[in-house]
Amino acid sequence: MMYVIAGFAIWAVGWLLNVYLANGKSSDHWVTSIGIPLIFGITLLLMWECFVVGFEVNPVFLPRPSDIILRMTNEVSWLWADFNQTIIKGALTGYVIGGLAALAVAVLADRSDFLTRGVLPVGSFMAALPIVGIAPIFVKWFGSDWQSKAAVVAVMVFFPILVNAVAGLRDTTSMQRDLMRTYGAGYWPTLFKLRVPAAMPFIFNGLKIATTLALIGAIVAEFFGSPTVGMGFRISTSFGQLALDMVWAEIVIAALAGSAFYGIVTLIEKGVTFWHPSQR
Amino acid sequence: MKSILPVLTVVVAVVLIWVVAVVPMNVHLSADQAQRNGANIIPDTSIARKELSGFVLALKNPHLIPLTYVGKRPNLPSPHQVGVEMFDTIFGKKINSKRSLVYHGWVTLAPTLLGFAIGTFLGLMLAVGIVFSRVMDKSIMPWAIVSQTIPILALAPMIIVVLGAVGVHGVLPKSVIAAYLSFFPVVVGMVKGLRSPDQMQLDLLRTYRTSNTQGFWKLRLPSSTPYLFASCKIGISASLVGTIVAELPTGAKAGFGARMLVGDQYGQPILSWAALFSAALTAAALVGIISLIERSTLRKMGIKPA
Repeated sequence: MMYVIAGFAIWAVGWLLNVYLANGKSSDHWVTSIGIPLIFGITLLLMWECFVVGFEVNPVFLPRPSDIILRMTNEVSWLWADFNQTIIKGALTGYVIGGLAALAVAVLADRSDFLTRGVLPVGSFMAALPIVGIAPIFVKWFGSDWQSKAAVVAVMVFFPILVNAVAGLRDTTSMQRDLMRTYGAGYWPTLFKLRVPAAMPFIFNGLKIATTLALIGAIVAEFFGSPTVGMGFRISTSFGQLALDMVWAEIVIAALAGSAFYGIVTLIEKGVTFWHPSQR
Repeated sequence: MKSILPVLTVVVAVVLIWVVAVVPMNVHLSADQAQRNGANIIPDTSIARKELSGFVLALKNPHLIPLTYVGKRPNLPSPHQVGVEMFDTIFGKKINSKRSLVYHGWVTLAPTLLGFAIGTFLGLMLAVGIVFSRVMDKSIMPWAIVSQTIPILALAPMIIVVLGAVGVHGVLPKSVIAAYLSFFPVVVGMVKGLRSPDQMQLDLLRTYRTSNTQGFWKLRLPSSTPYLFASCKIGISASLVGTIVAELPTGAKAGFGARMLVGDQYGQPILSWAALFSAALTAAALVGIISLIERSTLRKMGIKPA
C-alpha cells in the first residue's frame, strides 16, 4: 500500500515540477526543454516501479524497471552478441545494400521522364505495403543466418528511399538547370554538382524513415529462423522461458539502437544539407 | 491520367522479371521431380546439379522450363499460380470457410479497423491536449517523436502473448497493437496541423474577440484537415502491418499473417504468396478509401488537395 501511495505522490511531484518549469520564465531555455521530458520519463519509470511492487504484479507479466536494469548489467556479453548479430550484421548490411540499390535505380529512372512517372506511384504504393510478410519466404531462400535478415531489410528500406530520391532528383528549377547548361556542364557534372545535392534533403528523409524499418525487418525476420543469437531470437526464446526481464532488456537495446541510428543519420544530414532552410 | 501508361510499364517490367526469375529459382526442384518420373536430365545426379546455377541447368535442359511454372511446391511461384490461388480462395470458397481468403482477410481487417479507430481518436485527443497545454507539449511531444524511431512493431507478437496470458483474447490484443501504431503518426501530424494557422489568421480571430474554443472549431480544426488525412493514410497502413506481424509468430489460427506462416511451415508457398498479395491489396484498398474521403472532404471544404 505504501508503494501505491508513493507512486501517486511521485506522479503529483513530477507533474507539479513540470507545470512549474513549463510555465516558468526559463521554459524556452535548452536545459528546461530537455529536463521536462526527462522528468516526465523518470516519473513514469518510478511510478511503474512503485505500482508493480505495490500491486504485487507477477513479474511474468511486467517486471520492475530495476530488474530490467540489473539484467542488462549482468548480461552485457549476451546483449552485445545479439546487437552485433541483428543490428550490425542484419540491419546495417541490409540498410546499406537497400539504400545503394534504391539510389542507383533512382538515378537510372531519373534519366527518363516516362520512367520517373511510372516509378513514383509504384514505389510509394509498395512503401505502404506490409513487406515484412516476405520474411518467412526470405528465411527459406537465404538460410537462417544474417544474410536472410539483410535481404528482408534491403527490400523494406528500398522503396521509401527510392521514392524520396526520385522525387528529390526532380527538385531543381529550370533556371538552375539552364545555369548549368550555360556553364557547358554535361549530364554527369549536372547530376553530381546540382541535382544530387538538391535531392539530399529528400534522400535523407527517406533514409530516416528507413532506419526504423531496418530494425523492424531484422528483428521480425529472426522470429522465423535464426542461429542461436540475435535480438529477435533472444526475445522469442526468453519469452518462452518467461524471462520477461530479458525480453525488456532487449526492447531497451532495440529502442536505444533505433534512436541512435536515427540520430546518427540526422547528424549526417545536418552536415550534408547545411544549406537547406530547415537546417539553418 | 497521363501517368497510367508509365505505371503500367513499370508493373509489366516487374512481372516480367518475376516470370524470368521463376525458371532459375525452381529448376533444381523441377529437375529432381522430372528425374523421379523417368526423364533424362543432364547432369544426372542431384548433387552434381547443385553445383550448377539455375540458368545453366535450365539451358542444358530446356524441356524443364515449362515444368518450373507448374511445380506444386516451388521456391518462387509463378504469377499465374499466385493469381489462380488468390482467385480460388477469394471467390471460389464460401466466405465462412477456413480456406477462404475473405474469411482470413476479415480476421485481420477487423482488429486493424478497430485499432485504427481507437488509435486515431486517442491521437486526436492527445494532439488537442498538446496544442492547448504547454506542460503536455513540453513533456510528451519529445517522447512522441522519439517513439517513432523505436522498432515497436517487432514486439507485437510479445504483446499479444502477454495480453493472452492476462486473459484478453480475440480482436482486442491485435487492436491494441494497431491502435498503438496509428496513434503516434496521428499525434505528430495533428499537432502540426492544429498549429498550421499562421499568426495573421490567429490575430484576425483575436480582433473578432473569439475564445480559444471558437478558434479551435472555426480555424484550427478546419485547417488541420489535410494533415489529419495524411496521418490517417500512414496510420492505417501501419495498423495493418502491425496486425499482420502480430499474427505471424504467435500461433494465430486465422488471418493473413497466420496464412503466410501456415503456407511456409507446411510447404505450400503458393498459399503464403496469395496471402501476401491479398494483404497488399487490402492495404492498397484501405489507403485508397482514405484518399477518396480526403479528396471529397477537402473539395467540399474548398481546400486544394496537396
